[in-house]
Amino acid sequence: MDLTFTESETAFRDELRDWLATNPPGPEPEGEDAGYNWRRDWQRKLNEGGWAGVHWPTEYGGRGASLMETAIFFEEMGKAKAPLPANVLGLLLAGPTIMIWGTPEQKERYLQPILSADEIWCQGFSEPDAGSDLAALKTRAVKDGDEWVVTGQKVWTSGAQYSKWCMLVARTDQDAPKHKGLSYFLMDMEQPGVQVVPLKQITGDPEFNELFIEEARIPDENLLGGVGNGWKVALTTLMNERAGLGFFLQVRLRQLVDELYDEAASSGMLDDPRVADALADLHIRTEILRLTAYRGLSVIEQYGQPGPEGSLVKWLWSETNQILTQLAPGIVGPDALTAGTRWSYELLRARGNTIEGGTTEILKNIIAERVLGLPRAGRNAPGRRDAGPTAVRTTAGGDS
Amino acid sequence: MRFTLSEDQQEIKRTAKDLLAARSGVAALRQHAEAGTYDDALWKELSELGWPGIAVSEEHGGQGLGLVELCVLVEELGYACAAVPFLGSALAALALEQADETEWLPRLASGEARGAFGAAGTLIPDAAGADVVVVIDREGHGTLVEGSAVEVVDAIDSTRRYGEVQDAQGEPLGDVCAALGRALVVVSAELVGVSQRTLDMSIEYVKDRKQFGVPVGTFQAVQHKAAQMLLDTEGGRSATYFAAWTADAGAHAEGGSAERLAVAAASAKAWTSDRARDTTASAIQLHGGIGFTWEADVHWFYKRAQLDAAFLGGGAEHRARISQLVAAERAGATA
Repeated sequence: MDLTFTESETAFRDELRDWLATNPPGPEPEGEDAGYNWRRDWQRKLNEGGWAGVHWPTEYGGRGASLMETAIFFEEMGKAKAPLPANVLGLLLAGPTIMIWGTPEQKERYLQPILSADEIWCQGFSEPDAGSDLAALKTRAVKDGDEWVVTGQKVWTSGAQYSKWCMLVARTDQDAPKHKGLSYFLMDMEQPGVQVVPLKQITGDPEFNELFIEEARIPDENLLGGVGNGWKVALTTLMNERAGLGFFLQVRLRQLVDELYDEAASSGMLDDPRVADALADLHIRTEILRLTAYRGLSVIEQYGQPGPEGSLVKWLWSETNQILTQLAPGIVGPDALTAGTRWSYELLRARGNTIEGGTTEILKNIIAERVLGLPRAGRNAPGRRDAGPTAVRTTAGGDS
Repeated sequence: MRFTLSEDQQEIKRTAKDLLAARSGVAALRQHAEAGTYDDALWKELSELGWPGIAVSEEHGGQGLGLVELCVLVEELGYACAAVPFLGSALAALALEQADETEWLPRLASGEARGAFGAAGTLIPDAAGADVVVVIDREGHGTLVEGSAVEVVDAIDSTRRYGEVQDAQGEPLGDVCAALGRALVVVSAELVGVSQRTLDMSIEYVKDRKQFGVPVGTFQAVQHKAAQMLLDTEGGRSATYFAAWTADAGAHAEGGSAERLAVAAASAKAWTSDRARDTTASAIQLHGGIGFTWEADVHWFYKRAQLDAAFLGGGAEHRARISQLVAAERAGATA
């Protein structure tokens, strides 16, 4: 056991810190489009510095960072209050999936524009009737010559309005068993058959979208991993959602806990034992989140597969963020309940945390079955193996 | 960074687990808990293997290993709920080592003498039958008290002998705050072991027990309770081993300080005190009616968790301390 960074990990961190010091992200601008442009420019800056594909293999233009270095990268980004890059889904999900399943031509075509943020990606997995039960999705793709004609509806598609490409899972065989009839496509968003409609959430912001797909066309060469193999390819995407983001979120959580401590100390509320107790509980939870995430990484690095602790991070993070944002109004005061403030946004946005990327209920099912080895629940019980991999998703944002 | 046990530490864990599974199974546990006796044969065996002195320095007859190794052993002893006076002796040795009071150390390290450690007026584990007790006051000062000063208390946890010291008269040891911090981590390790055991027992039970024609472990209400037990146990493990490592090596690491160890130790104890009580209570619930009977063995662990949780302060007390320390650190950082 050694919880200090190795020499190479320290060197990696110091190099990154130096780079961040000379390339500060700056403050987030007001407005959705301005925010997006800021995040795109930020990614371009990262890419010029060789940091955009930090965990990508060098052969694909990445830095080839280890898991631990990737964690350090996200921690430092969080500490520097940098935004997530505009093409976070391309970098974390689409790119790694294409690296594994793509043909040489597909890798050649798609990977570089992901790194440079020239082509933004979104994720077309969830549907109105296929959330936790992802394999129940109904969007159909029908072969027509050397093209596929796609019709259906997707939901929770963040960044769709900025996206050139969509990771689309659709049903290509109506008669095959539910998991077997799916295929994975790289769909061009810039075509008449694809309509993006903003989906307003409880915060009032349209962070997500609905995709209405009406006879959209996808050439055969844009199938990823072959016909009928969509479930397997989708699992690759979902497994990649763990990659590092948890460390970014964990740092953000720490910053918010510290802010509440400062606020409570300056207002004198910290003298109230109930406030002190609640803040200490948040401190402990946040620290345990960080430590458990590092433990999980260490186990993967050492044994090649995750241990029981790896499945707990998303659950613990989402629950803690909700507790924190509910505590804030009592410490921050009316500002935290005033429309348009940061704390009121956090309070409302946090409700999504225990739903997006795998609900806490599904997560517990998965832990019970896969980690604790309990027998599978009855056939009709929700969320057994169908939604399994969604449980390990740690991203903030529906199909984001 | 490598947040996993080293090869050597894993070897200690395996050896301890195997030995205790063979020598301190539930039958032995029940026998001693019902009779209100320690397992002297097991204690002799552990002493011959050098367990009591694992973290005592070599110059005082110990093995000179760290708090992480001590926690590995204690976690397994908690897992077995073993009826041996290990915890008290180990904690007393930590305090005596810090106070540089070396007279008793070799005998505590060899298992020849028994020690205990705790606050006046509280239930101190392994105090009854101890040769010496390190009694700590509110300022973190220790007093070395003879075992004859201990009033025996029949605690609900009958797997070990408890006692109280009302009036700490004896040899002043000075500041033992660092040892107290280490002691919190060691007790946390025991609570992690207790939690892990009741989780394992519960999983076995709900896989086997059938109602409505299916194992009750197929019910989501049962599964979700078990998942919570896992979160609580693993979270405690993360906090405990981080604190143990901080005590061993953290002083040399970046930003290492006494305050950091104090926060880490208090975090571990606060979490494990609350969560081990939850976990062992859930274990009784998951065992259903059987879990409430004397016949089932879950209650030994539930009771151990209650005593350990209260020992050296529970969740609320340590959270209060954490907020003080964190606020002070932040005031220093922003000043």
